[in-house]
Amino acid sequence: MTSLPTHTEKSLGLVIDLDTCVGCHACVTACKGWNNENYGAPLADTDAYGADPVGSFLNRVHSFEVQPEAGPAQLYHFPKSCLHCADAPCVTVCPTGASYKRVEDGIVLVNESDCIGCGLCAWACPYGAREMDPSEKVMKKCTLCVDRIYNENLPEEDREPACVRTCPAGARHFGDFADPESNVSQLVADRGGIELMPEQGTAPVNRYLPPRPKDQAPEFDVLSPFLEPVAEEPQGFLGWLDKTLEKIS
Amino acid sequence: MHPAPSIIFFTTLSGLGFGMLAFLGLDVSAPRGWVAFVFFLIAFLLAGGGLVSSTFHLGHPERALKAFTQWRSSWLSREAWAAVVAMVLMGLYGLGLVFFDTRWTLLGVAGGIMSLATVFATSMIYTQMRTVPRWNHWSPPVLFLAYALAGGALLTGKVTPAIVLLLIAGGIQVFAWIDQERRENSSDTTMATATGLGGIGDVKAFEPPHTGSNYLTNEMVFRVGRKHAQTLKIIAVALAVGLPVILLLLPFAHIVAMVAVLSHLAGVLVQRWLFFAEARHVVGLYYGR
Repeated sequence: MTSLPTHTEKSLGLVIDLDTCVGCHACVTACKGWNNENYGAPLADTDAYGADPVGSFLNRVHSFEVQPEAGPAQLYHFPKSCLHCADAPCVTVCPTGASYKRVEDGIVLVNESDCIGCGLCAWACPYGAREMDPSEKVMKKCTLCVDRIYNENLPEEDREPACVRTCPAGARHFGDFADPESNVSQLVADRGGIELMPEQGTAPVNRYLPPRPKDQAPEFDVLSPFLEPVAEEPQGFLGWLDKTLEKIS
Repeated sequence: MHPAPSIIFFTTLSGLGFGMLAFLGLDVSAPRGWVAFVFFLIAFLLAGGGLVSSTFHLGHPERALKAFTQWRSSWLSREAWAAVVAMVLMGLYGLGLVFFDTRWTLLGVAGGIMSLATVFATSMIYTQMRTVPRWNHWSPPVLFLAYALAGGALLTGKVTPAIVLLLIAGGIQVFAWIDQERRENSSDTTMATATGLGGIGDVKAFEPPHTGSNYLTNEMVFRVGRKHAQTLKIIAVALAVGLPVILLLLPFAHIVAMVAVLSHLAGVLVQRWLFFAEARHVVGLYYGR
């Protein structure tokens, strides 16, 4: 059913720390690796070693340069995947009921056997979180690793999304936003986590932690002009070598 | 947005076809007998052909029937229903006109209204997209309906209504282009809100996630059309409205009417191409476009 639930029991999602992300793309690789061989159709690549490789990914890392009014430009790596919106426009546009938001945990999923591959949900998503698989011709999106997080065959520490599990910088956190005591809710409260494109009215669950203010370069030491100047001309052995080489050349 | 030929042909042809059906259904002096048969055949070929063409862009056309299930929430599903209901009603109504020389008024009016409802549902698929500021406004539905009615009048040979409706459609079109441009430029979704980094300073896309293209950039970050947009707009209005109106003002002849119809069709195709090619999706902001 493509009507959205009025309430979800849990609100599972990710916190992504823009201050910590180093842009290594390990989450992209881990995501593709896990989702290529587990839940749903594999994530295909076409012409992978040719001139025009194209593939479906559920998570991609952009990089943005921000130029403050004063000081040098700052570079931020920006991982982006489905934000599991509370008011997900991708769900309501679906004509077949393939797209749905789960009542029990708020995860937005695609029932691939009902998907006709019309692409309308990808148009409705402002974040570019949905991509049509080039081989299977069904819509692919982040499942929040629904086949990991409840999977009792995995050791407990692995029961989180592959991107979170693999992140070497600890820039990604997984939890329940409906619980104010959860790790993710605490992080958002402490660091002022933000929504992407709030004006689009999608009420995204995932939050991004803004970069902490950069510290300032230390002021120039007032005494340094009085310090012994460094010799500009080479002295001693190096000076002799310099002169000798100049004579030869 | 990527101007997929299947969608351009679908909206253009089915718009004309359902516009024609609306006129045939609502017209008290609708044709009878073999003349009616020819009119209905053309209208059904256009409307049906458009619908068939729309399935070409589906990844799994064999599951298309599932699209009838979500009419409560999805405009695409509502469009499917409206199209089928309109075609069934108009088919029965057409039987009366062709074979029994009878105009079943109630069927005709209901079928005519459903034909317009189909065009409206098609336009709502685009208008509902908040992600495309150019479309997220009442102008696309009004525009789609105006073109459908003008084309319907033209194809059913209603000369005076056709001239008036064509001029109205042209006027709405010029307004819509100006308004859509303004709407897109003043969109409150920017690279600053897309990244949340606007508080620090000017945000610029430094590096995309990958060196090649992907589904998103192919489907939604299409830019080719904007280069010749101004010229194409003039061509679209001249072909869709200008030439047909001039030809309709001449003494009636079938060959002249034929040229008017083909000119209108070509003009609407250009207009539809621009409708998609010019529209920017906000996801382009993540790619610095």
